[in-house]
Amino acid sequence: MDSRQQERENLEIELLLEAIFRYYGFDFRDYAPASLRRRIIKARDQEGISTITGLTERLLHNPNYLDRFVQALSVNVTSMFRDPEFFLTFRKKVVPMLRTYPSIQIWNAGCSTGEEAYSLAILLEEEGLYARTRIYATDINEEVLKKAREGIFPLEDMKDYTANYMKAGGEKSFSEYYSANYGNAIMRPGLGKNITFAQHNLVTDGPFNQFQVICCRNVTIYFNKELKNRVHELLYQSLVNFGILGLGSKESIHFTPKQGRYEQVENTISLYRKIG
Amino acid sequence: MDYKLVVVGASLGGFDALTTILENLPGNFKLPIVVVQHRTRDTGDTLRANIQLRSHLLLVEPDDKTEITPGKVYLAPPNYHLLVEKGYFALSIDPPVEYSRPSIDVLFESAAIAFGPALIGVVLTGSNRDGAKGVSLVKEYGGYVIVQDPLTAESKTMPEAALALSQVDRVLPLEEIPLALAELSGTL
Repeated sequence: MDSRQQERENLEIELLLEAIFRYYGFDFRDYAPASLRRRIIKARDQEGISTITGLTERLLHNPNYLDRFVQALSVNVTSMFRDPEFFLTFRKKVVPMLRTYPSIQIWNAGCSTGEEAYSLAILLEEEGLYARTRIYATDINEEVLKKAREGIFPLEDMKDYTANYMKAGGEKSFSEYYSANYGNAIMRPGLGKNITFAQHNLVTDGPFNQFQVICCRNVTIYFNKELKNRVHELLYQSLVNFGILGLGSKESIHFTPKQGRYEQVENTISLYRKIG
Repeated sequence: MDYKLVVVGASLGGFDALTTILENLPGNFKLPIVVVQHRTRDTGDTLRANIQLRSHLLLVEPDDKTEITPGKVYLAPPNYHLLVEKGYFALSIDPPVEYSRPSIDVLFESAAIAFGPALIGVVLTGSNRDGAKGVSLVKEYGGYVIVQDPLTAESKTMPEAALALSQVDRVLPLEEIPLALAELSGTL
């Protein structure tokens, strides 16, 4: 591809993003360019359209397609107890602090289909804290929230999740937390009782509560630097003093303006305590 | 050509191949090198630490948005795709590509777009097809590609898949790749 063609592709992507923002209000303009481009090209190919401009036309003239497209651009893949050492450290270092609070507010920002919210619920139940905990699990995308509320996951994933759970310090049999049914794992009723799944857009919405813990893991990797910094401002404002921020294992606070405002809970683990 | 970045893809047998390349590159090699080595999800820091023992250049696993600086070797972290933007890294946890995360195709594609003709791509030993599409994109965007001679590869499937899909610039035995890189980078 020569530089002219590349210039044209960049322009087409810019116009597409501008169109869905101006006409529908969904703002992907500050997403990280490389992964966003991959998702746009994939969506274009799935629709059998040859140009990105063609995709823009379909979006503007066929509102029914919008949901599917927004999902293609925004859905984050997630799993239960992803990075077990994160949850192990959470158990050892964060849980003792949470015991000192009469009620615990947790925000799982960018929860996607809910695997992480359920992981936190399981961990806190085992530590005897779940009854006084409320987990607000939010995502931009109503479709994934529907799935999250159902609490039904592919049974084939449970083998991996069981291994993760054990490495994360889980001592029960993980199968106690779900029942198997025709290829599905249905999370035990009651496990979701203190989780509120709700729509929230990190790009355009503001703070809505104060939290002792915020988990926002592998969400801002899809944003460009400027938007990532904006979101970190929002997360910082939403945390109580000495509150805990959990990030993905390769997301560091160091490349954000907030780096001096946190201390790392444990070396090499992406858990940070707000200190000022 | 004034090259700015080297991307390397390796799978089965890659540890030895990468070590051979890095221990034979001069310590003043000036281009940043970005490596995807297929790996299990939780190998921790051992892969990086073990290669580091034999490399003159500093090896790091980049975090999201880490700046790309010359003279370092960046190793894709486990269970993430590593992408290159202009001047810094981006990570993604999108589904595996060719059963792989990190995926060589994903790295090569993003680097081709960001660096165009200033990119050198290297495909080493491996027992799958990851990297073949990536190589074709590096070529499409005007970059330079070296493929390890399949006869010298512990597993020849990956270099063969790359060669089947694209006309590349050099096919070299493993031992000659460090010298070629040093020459292309202007280090020699």
